[in-house]
Amino acid sequence: MRNSSKTNGSKAGNSKVSDSKTNESKAGNNMASKSKTNGSKAGMDPKDRKHINIACVGNPNCGKTTLFNALTGSKLKVANWPGVTVERFEGHTSYEDTDITIVDTPGIYSLTCYTIEEKVTRQCVMDDDIDVIVNVVDASSLERNLYLTLQLLELGKPIVLALNMMDIIKERGMEIDMHRLPEMLGNIPVVPVSAARRTGLDILLHAVIHHYEEGMEEYMLDYPEEIEGKIRKLTAMMQTDYPSHSSARWHAIKLLEEDEEVRQEHPLETGSVADRNYEKEIIQCKYAYIEKIMEEVLFHKSKKAAATDRIDRLLTHSVLGIPVFLLIMCLVFFLTFTVGDALKGVFEAGLAVFSEGVAGALAGLGVTAWLQSLIVDGIIAGVGGILTFIPNIFILFLALAVLEDSGYMARVAYVMDSCMGRVGLSGKAFLPMILGFGCTVPAIMATRALETEHDRRRTMLVTPFMSCSARLPVYVLLSEMFFPKCPALVAFSMYVVGMGIAIVAALVCNRLEHGKANGSLLIELPEYKRPNARTIRIYVWNKLKDYLSKAGTTIFVASIVIWFLLNFGTGGLVENPGDSFGAMIGHLLVPLLKPAGLGMWQIGVALLSGISAKEVVVSSFAVLFGVSNANSAAGMATIVANIQVQNPGFGPLNAYCLMLFVLLYVPCVATVATVKKESHSWAFTGKMLAFQLALAWAVSTLVFQVGRLCIPLL
Amino acid sequence: MTLYEAQKGNSYRIEGLSVEPDITRRLQALGLNDGTVVNVLNRKKHGALIIQVRGTRLALGKHISSHISVKGMKIF
Repeated sequence: MRNSSKTNGSKAGNSKVSDSKTNESKAGNNMASKSKTNGSKAGMDPKDRKHINIACVGNPNCGKTTLFNALTGSKLKVANWPGVTVERFEGHTSYEDTDITIVDTPGIYSLTCYTIEEKVTRQCVMDDDIDVIVNVVDASSLERNLYLTLQLLELGKPIVLALNMMDIIKERGMEIDMHRLPEMLGNIPVVPVSAARRTGLDILLHAVIHHYEEGMEEYMLDYPEEIEGKIRKLTAMMQTDYPSHSSARWHAIKLLEEDEEVRQEHPLETGSVADRNYEKEIIQCKYAYIEKIMEEVLFHKSKKAAATDRIDRLLTHSVLGIPVFLLIMCLVFFLTFTVGDALKGVFEAGLAVFSEGVAGALAGLGVTAWLQSLIVDGIIAGVGGILTFIPNIFILFLALAVLEDSGYMARVAYVMDSCMGRVGLSGKAFLPMILGFGCTVPAIMATRALETEHDRRRTMLVTPFMSCSARLPVYVLLSEMFFPKCPALVAFSMYVVGMGIAIVAALVCNRLEHGKANGSLLIELPEYKRPNARTIRIYVWNKLKDYLSKAGTTIFVASIVIWFLLNFGTGGLVENPGDSFGAMIGHLLVPLLKPAGLGMWQIGVALLSGISAKEVVVSSFAVLFGVSNANSAAGMATIVANIQVQNPGFGPLNAYCLMLFVLLYVPCVATVATVKKESHSWAFTGKMLAFQLALAWAVSTLVFQVGRLCIPLL
Repeated sequence: MTLYEAQKGNSYRIEGLSVEPDITRRLQALGLNDGTVVNVLNRKKHGALIIQVRGTRLALGKHISSHISVKGMKIF
């Protein structure tokens, strides 16, 4: 896993170096242009170039990834809530005659190894390849951030402190003594930077390189004599038994803290020295020292009620909190449907012109009929149909980006905690679920931020019920075809049903396991901030790129496969799709789908192909019913007409059941692969798929059968 | 008393943590040690609360807050 992310990172990094240079010179940064010329000069003689590896380490949400992106020009996702980065990423930059590889790590509060993030980061920091650690510190919560700094200092590796978010300090009328702070931290360089505004970056790189060359000054935080004596003894033992280790003192301290990993890796006879766990005393000593630092370094602590407190009065209100959250989500989806649809016309017109043009050109060139059909009815209909949903997807991700960057996400965890607690999950489990509105794959990855494996699996099980953006085209298409009066309302109901089923499913699981209410929420609530335009641009563009590349790969291939399945039968090319292989496969599913009101072979084929990616359900409708643009008024009319020719009884109720089935049945292949990777268990993945399939069938059948009885009564 | 019984707007001094070792370690790393002063910013009637500690805001669930013993501080 580490290797794969490494390659990913460097792939991303390579394209970036040039990127970052253009950006920096655009900003008119003199230092940057100087370093650029120096860099390229030195680049002519590769022998002189040096290379160092640095790691960005710091608390969650302190701006590591923003700094990493600013330094390397990468475009990794950033958001204003803890736990966004869950893996290590690499990028590259250069300064004067040095090439620098930068590693971005998940945020941690402490250098212990109790969470996945801590393990990943600790492994990275301990790696001998890392020459300098850049400790990113959120100046606005210096006191808490310095705890990690003190632990990093004990490693004995060169450290540079990047003091981020100094603007917040100024806003609050506070000042930090920039001379006294480094003095109290063993004279490590302390560089104020603004990762968001990209200032101080060159000074930081300069400090990194010089500090590396000069080496680390000896620094010790003195513990009380009882503990110091034990540390000395253990350090000596470490040095005799493991002479190659660079950070003997750190290991000694970890042995006193009874750190499992360090103990297992260094089975020393520590019995008489480490007679009990000294972790509590060690932590208290560090914080006592930090309090001393704060007294000497931080000035003008004003008690001005921050804007955050005022906003929180409404958003985290004990009664209004949940309604406000639901209202915000309503607004997000309302914008997605209405504004998205308003922009859709442009794409439709473009696609129609393109499709006709290609058809005309192919006919003019005298291309054989089947190839024409493959290109126009297969590929353009399948892929193009998906592309017309770009405006909806764009608005959805824009709204999610604003929510994530503002700092509201962590509040949602608090607001939803009592609701989630009753179903046996912590409020934090709701964050991956909201991400699931965008795409299930990163949402499953985000479950890493949860404390226990049990919570993670439970959340992975229910997260696919949150309607992802790939299901959006299916809802838009079906609701506009069969519910022309209130399409947005019908589509929105899918999101509510999905959320409801997720919560009920979690509740049932909890009852089955006789679990108790969960009250172990523990999350930091960051300051609210105005969403950063650059961060949002990166976020939305990454998501759109994913969507486009999916259209160009998975959906492209799926469209071709579907076209072949529908145009070839046992006797070769077939005139009537009813004789095709696709129809044969679809017919097998008809008896199963009939109770749910979905007894058409075309729907069987569409659902089956939708496992590759949910949008493919729309593509296959387009191909199945011979429409070049499924997402246009004419295209929709044709599909409805064709469906009703095949099955005259197919009405709004059937369409609603189809939407429910698409919402609940097995997630796409990418999600399944991610669940397998994250749960390390095929058994769990298999059970999850069986559960989701059974649930989809049960719910859509129930709704169809009850609906069929009730509708005549209306 | 425990932090769970704390009133919104008041300050408390921590006297001890008695949650599971894993959570205790996390709380200590976040700076909730014996003697640390916390300020209750917001709370739900029977649920989570938001505290301010060492310049940052934390949301704590009922299970955690009811295992942190605290002593009320005089309000000036």
